Amino acid sequence: MSTVARKKSLIWDYLTTVDHKKIAILYLIAGGIFFIMGGIEALIIRIQLAVPNNDFVSAGFYNEVLTMHGTTMIFLAATPLLFALMNAIVPIQIGARDVAFPFLNALGFWLFFFGGLFLNCSWFLGGAPDAGWTSYASLSLESPGHGIDFYVLGLQVSGFGTLISGINFLVTIVNMRAPGMTYMRMPLFTWTTFVASALILFAFPPLTAGLLLLMMDRLFGGNFFDPALGGNTIIYEHLFWIFGHPEVYILVLPAFGIFSEIIATFSKKRLFGYSSMVFAVVLIGFLGFMVWAHHMFTTGMGPIANAIFAVATMAIAVPTGIKIFNWLFTMWGGNIRFTTPMLYAIGFIPSFVMGGVTGVMNATAPADYQYHDSYFVVAHFHYVIVGGVVLALLAGTHYWWPKMFGKMLSEKLGKLTFWLFFTGFHLTFFIQHFLGLMGMPRRVFTFLPGQGWETGNLISTIGAFFMAAGTIVLLINIVITTVKGKKAEADAWGVGRTLEWAVSSPAPEYNFAQTPLVRGLDAFWVEKMEGKKGLTPAEPLGDIHMPNPSFLPFVISLGLFIASFGFMYYKDYSWGLMVGIVGLLITFGAMFLRSVIDDHGYHIHKEEIIEAEKKGAKA
Amino acid sequence: MHVEEKLTAETFPASPEKATLEGKNKFLGFWFFLGGETVLFASLFATFLALRDKTAGGPTAEELFKLPLVFVATMLLLTSSLTSVYAMYHMKNFDFKKMQLWLGITVLLGASFLGLEIFEFSEYVHEGHKFSTSAFSSAFYTLVGLHGSHVAFGLLWILTLMIRNAKRGLDLYNAPKFYVASLYWHFIDVVWVFIFTVVYLMGMVG
Amino acid sequence: MANHTNSGNPNVDLAYRRKKNAEDMKHQVISFALMIFLTLIAFFAVGYDQFSPWFSVPFIVLLAAVQVVFQLYYFMHMSHKGHELPALFLYGGVFVAFLTIWAFMTVVWW
Repeated sequence: MSTVARKKSLIWDYLTTVDHKKIAILYLIAGGIFFIMGGIEALIIRIQLAVPNNDFVSAGFYNEVLTMHGTTMIFLAATPLLFALMNAIVPIQIGARDVAFPFLNALGFWLFFFGGLFLNCSWFLGGAPDAGWTSYASLSLESPGHGIDFYVLGLQVSGFGTLISGINFLVTIVNMRAPGMTYMRMPLFTWTTFVASALILFAFPPLTAGLLLLMMDRLFGGNFFDPALGGNTIIYEHLFWIFGHPEVYILVLPAFGIFSEIIATFSKKRLFGYSSMVFAVVLIGFLGFMVWAHHMFTTGMGPIANAIFAVATMAIAVPTGIKIFNWLFTMWGGNIRFTTPMLYAIGFIPSFVMGGVTGVMNATAPADYQYHDSYFVVAHFHYVIVGGVVLALLAGTHYWWPKMFGKMLSEKLGKLTFWLFFTGFHLTFFIQHFLGLMGMPRRVFTFLPGQGWETGNLISTIGAFFMAAGTIVLLINIVITTVKGKKAEADAWGVGRTLEWAVSSPAPEYNFAQTPLVRGLDAFWVEKMEGKKGLTPAEPLGDIHMPNPSFLPFVISLGLFIASFGFMYYKDYSWGLMVGIVGLLITFGAMFLRSVIDDHGYHIHKEEIIEAEKKGAKA
Repeated sequence: MHVEEKLTAETFPASPEKATLEGKNKFLGFWFFLGGETVLFASLFATFLALRDKTAGGPTAEELFKLPLVFVATMLLLTSSLTSVYAMYHMKNFDFKKMQLWLGITVLLGASFLGLEIFEFSEYVHEGHKFSTSAFSSAFYTLVGLHGSHVAFGLLWILTLMIRNAKRGLDLYNAPKFYVASLYWHFIDVVWVFIFTVVYLMGMVG
Repeated sequence: MANHTNSGNPNVDLAYRRKKNAEDMKHQVISFALMIFLTLIAFFAVGYDQFSPWFSVPFIVLLAAVQVVFQLYYFMHMSHKGHELPALFLYGGVFVAFLTIWAFMTVVWW
């Protein structure tokens, strides 16, 4: 059996790929598009609020834009963009040829993609969801039209995708590590991916349950949240936040991991306090499940519940503080290079600390009665999510771009992006703390003059345009780099410490010609310090087993996409139920095919690998 | 060890489900999935517990439930759990025919359980306990119905495996598949233990 | 080929493994009998109608928990080696499950 030199069109290749590096690119493109859409929605919000009594958009449309901004950014931009980096880097960082479940990896992507697509179809089919990204039941039950149904069904589909990806990363990290890669030698990005995936495993089912109940109530005559028939809307709030709070850590822990890699690399020092960093990540993940009700202090849970959740929330500041100090000590006395990723890392530390401090302020239950539903909260969570997660995504994109695409992004334009985005970020959100303290409520579509909010809102809007400009510069940078960028070395930055910098940029299909033997933390650095060029192999050169590409993940997800339309419209149109059933049949049919058709994969022969490695070395 | 290799009882490994990397991955991934399922069912159990006496004038649990029916259903499902253990026992002994036989019995027991549940639901509907009667009825049908749909999926899954592999017998490619399906079946039983306790028995106690 | 043997004679090992599997199966049947027994007690405790709910509810929940331990450790082989991570993640799920149910029974009261 020899491998056929398969020549396929690029599109078909990406539709059927099960290669984690290509799936990473798919995630990056899809997540990037959703990020830009969420950004445009943010700009609409800021333009509307730039001056009092503005009528740039109507109140109803504002609600839709606001809802979709939050939903898109969390579910369709931040999470998938992190998955892009995880997919591209984590398998290589642990010395693996592939992920544990290549097929499921592709399925996870397509489910996310079709879920997001479904959600955004709402714009053209009678209006987007408009009950906020939390979609609290009492409000969302009353929302007319199908907006909320798009939210409920779309997020269920994409949620399955996220859960599947989470399990895939967990098993990959447990089972696929190269010899010598013990748990306590794993790079911090791998560790944070592991803990974030565990959080996904336990946090997404409550979301699925909450959305399921909401779907039952809206579409199938359930009474979970209808007080007239004994329902209780607080149930939805709890289910949502049992998911929602861990979700914050699902996003921010990988961000911590990205910065841990960047800070160590560009300080030319090993990460200070590695084991305490790992401990802190696990502890944050654990505590993250015991604090959800701090989003609900004002629902009237009573002083005892409020006190418990307040104290648990404040406890999280301790492991987070450990991490902040460790980053500072890593830089202390280091040989710091101010590259673009490093600028983001340095900017991140004070920004995130501010978000953390206002977090502790919000956690103080009595004080939260004042902050609740004001712009102070808006400022707080944007400092955490933008100051933590988005800065990390931008940093990680610049840092690993050469590994993903084989070309270096322009440092000049990269630094310009940083300064524009970073300035814009603080301009936009710092002032919002004070707007909140002055009494401006969140989620209002306009405000009256004479309350002292005019200047603050205008400054905030100007800041948003700085962030937009930064993003545009990044896009220009990507285009220029793609057209005429400098070819990247394997060790693109010259100071790489972890395994991904030992393989060519971009990495070959099989990652490692020979599985490496890992001999310490910062495995590649260990080899370099001994004067070696490559890694120590753990096996002789031989044939490499690869998984077959498959179109079925696309079909399974497409089926659910179709079914979602059917069940949403089953009461309005006679064809609805039929379409729903057909969609499910497509999904289950494709699953059935997957089950009965054996898939043993194929082998890349030794000679082909030698050939490919020679070419890679020359380039 | 190649996955398609024809094996004999002597060469068949002691833990066939974990003899290949694919098997190890499936085994671990499925256990992780069950961890997530635990939380999914817990969310619905929690919702049910919060709404169990909100009958809004509709029938209450005490009026509806009949212990003998639930008892029979419980016995069917518990026994099907044992029969799938027998199936795995014969898999480890490389006795494909007996494994298929016990899986067949498992499917029959599971199908009877499902039939009984459908009968039970239709009875309830006749007694005015519809999905949209009250918060209690919605919570009841969603929790028990989700379990029922897990049973239905499990039956289709095991049947597919049995038919697909009927001719080729056991190898290291399909052993992990059978093993994982049996784990799923046990987990369904675990959930049912809590359903008959929390929904039915606690409903009768009041 | 990895055969997990120590005698080198496949037939002897086979006999040994068969015996071990049979012994395993015996434990399974015993735990099944116990599970049926526990179920009977639970149904009886409720059907008998003389116990106060303050006794019978915690009692049947305890019986369910014991029965599930049998399922997990015997039927699902969690007592065997190589189940450390499955146990960790299952108990992780149980932990979140417990928090959820605890919260819904204490702070959801409208």
